[in-house]
Amino acid sequence: MSQAMATMGRPHRKAGVLEDERWFASALLFPTAVLLGLFIAYPFVEGIWLSLTNSRVGVPGHFVGLANFDKVWNDSIFRTAVWNTCWYTFITTVLKLVLGLWLAQLLNRNFKGKAWVRAFVLLPFIIPTVLSTFAWKWMFDPTFSVLNWMLFQLGFITTRINWLGEPGLAFASIVIVNVWRGLPFYAISLLAGLQTISPELQEAAAIDGANGWQRFRHITWPLLLPVTMVVTLFSVIQTFADFQLVYVLTGGGPANATHLFATYAYQIGIGTGLLSEGAAISLAIFPVLFVVVLTQLLYIRRVETR
Amino acid sequence: MSRIARRRLMQAAGLSAAGGLTGILASGQAPAYAQSTTVHWLKWNDFVPAADELLRKKLIPEAEKQLGIKITLETINANDLQARTTAGIQSKSGPDLIMAFNSNAQLYADSLADVSELCEAIGPAQGGYYQIAQGNSNDGKRWISVPYCIIGAEVAYRKSWFKQAGWDQFPKTWDEYRAAGKKLKAAGHPLGQTLGHTFGDAPTFAYPMMWSFGGKEVEADGKTVAVNSKETIESVKFMTAFWKDAFDEGGLAWDDTSNNRAMLSGTISATLNGASIYIETLRKPDTYRTEDDKPMKEDILHGRLPAGPGGQYAFHSAQSTMVMGYSKNQKAAIDFLRWFHTEGNYRQWFEIQKGFSCGPAAMWEKDKMWDIDPVMEPYRDAAKYGRVPGFAGRANQKAAEALTKYIIVDMYAKAVQGMPAEDSVKWAEGELKKIYAA
Repeated sequence: MSQAMATMGRPHRKAGVLEDERWFASALLFPTAVLLGLFIAYPFVEGIWLSLTNSRVGVPGHFVGLANFDKVWNDSIFRTAVWNTCWYTFITTVLKLVLGLWLAQLLNRNFKGKAWVRAFVLLPFIIPTVLSTFAWKWMFDPTFSVLNWMLFQLGFITTRINWLGEPGLAFASIVIVNVWRGLPFYAISLLAGLQTISPELQEAAAIDGANGWQRFRHITWPLLLPVTMVVTLFSVIQTFADFQLVYVLTGGGPANATHLFATYAYQIGIGTGLLSEGAAISLAIFPVLFVVVLTQLLYIRRVETR
Repeated sequence: MSRIARRRLMQAAGLSAAGGLTGILASGQAPAYAQSTTVHWLKWNDFVPAADELLRKKLIPEAEKQLGIKITLETINANDLQARTTAGIQSKSGPDLIMAFNSNAQLYADSLADVSELCEAIGPAQGGYYQIAQGNSNDGKRWISVPYCIIGAEVAYRKSWFKQAGWDQFPKTWDEYRAAGKKLKAAGHPLGQTLGHTFGDAPTFAYPMMWSFGGKEVEADGKTVAVNSKETIESVKFMTAFWKDAFDEGGLAWDDTSNNRAMLSGTISATLNGASIYIETLRKPDTYRTEDDKPMKEDILHGRLPAGPGGQYAFHSAQSTMVMGYSKNQKAAIDFLRWFHTEGNYRQWFEIQKGFSCGPAAMWEKDKMWDIDPVMEPYRDAAKYGRVPGFAGRANQKAAEALTKYIIVDMYAKAVQGMPAEDSVKWAEGELKKIYAA
């Protein structure tokens, strides 16, 4: 017995390695690191390399330095895409944030059928983007638009609105669909944040004489800020790299008026076979997105450590 | 197992090498492929669904039996073909045969198998390939894809509405067409045309419009950009006024299916199209009716794109089949294409198309299929009048790049949206110079 105990008392060498927290943590992280390396790091590095060559589909090409970046920078369509992407991300983020916050406040109240309404609100987010965008495409169809029909029947318009055929309206259309689709994400996430705020704080402030706006400004908003920042961070990343919505709705048209980084990169890389230029256009997103993400993450850290 | 005399085998093999399937058929045996040889064929979802059904249910099983291989047919949306081609070439794996539209094969020339032997057998035997087929599938040195068919682009128009507007026949010139369109639009029946980023109807309208006024992308050397000419500017000015006078202005956002829907619903009076609108009215005579409740098929005719001061031209969508360079089954894939394009086999597919697709070679103009329906008559020799992008040079990689970037289409679209004609042509010149100078 004592001999057996003595044997058990000597930890096996392998077990010893696993008991070492550094080794154990590395072992646990290894599968994730492999996945990230394969599916994020490798394509990213490959993308950088492609953008520095003159490769086309099926032709490896050779190193050309920053020639592709120089070329796309002097490309008027690329400049339109840059402007569109920044403007698109800004407008949709502001709209989704304001409307999402408003919707979250409404959903935070007690009313009959609350659970059902909350579930329905999520629908635009749940339906696959391509599917819902096709439905919107029909609604904006220049000839068969149900929106036009409705506005005409209500007496708001006398001639058709060319939703997807006019550059300004086409841009407005993609903004509308993006906001429609992204709003539930904001609303539900902010609702979750609102529910963590103790009602006692609101009550105490009300007793002290604070009105609705003051309570929102000094209690709700500061406590909701960390959640808001995370939600906005995700949203900005997704919107900046948006592809499906514009590809299905306008294909980047009319006459390149609604191209974003991703749709233009696709047109050049896949449609025209210029992989290196397509990669350069895609990578042009990176510095902007990097600065945005870094700023937001630093801000979140500052808020959390206050 | 029946014995084959050595002399008979040699005769059969000789005939087979000469370009036919006679050798294989005479031997009564499938060639010696490994049992596992599978040819993966990727093509578009045909606008004539019966044609894909014929392939799946009849032609492919017959080919499998006769060639001793397995053929997997995969059909997808035409707009996704390029993404699949790129993925295949870059990963060096994927379908053995992929369909290419127009001059897209030129973009992948370095990654395609040489099919010169096959094309040089089929073309001359079938009356010679049309210039469109040759321009798209030959890179000047070799054949890079096997011409499959040509989808004729003609204007489908409503006979009764044009008659009401004073036109018993389809207008012969652009000026006449504009005059007719103006009347028709005023009567609530505008013409329909896309100027959007869509691979079929937009370029097949924009390029001939430019050519028919005497405009061209490049000089005959295929390098010097020549788009910024007085002829092109005239064509853009004409189109801008024509658009406002006669067209449904929603067309800037249309894709290749929008004009079909608009025509079938009676919203527009004419549109440049393959024959798919008319064929659809033939398929569903009870669904598609005129305002007098008559079958719409009886009120549709086809006409050629009108002539301008520079002549009368067309840009028909051409399809070809690429044998992929990475394929390990190139021989089997080429044998299958040889089998498919054999007169008797191809005829079955060609006739079920009812004229939506013209043959890639002149022989098919004489097919009895064309005698069945006089409404389809204008498609019979449509391919003869086609040009390929890249004129006055040849269709090459640069021209294909300009086409896939929709530069000529956008030149018209920008002007229609309000940009002065001179500026839109200058913009196109700048974009083309970037391509041709690279």
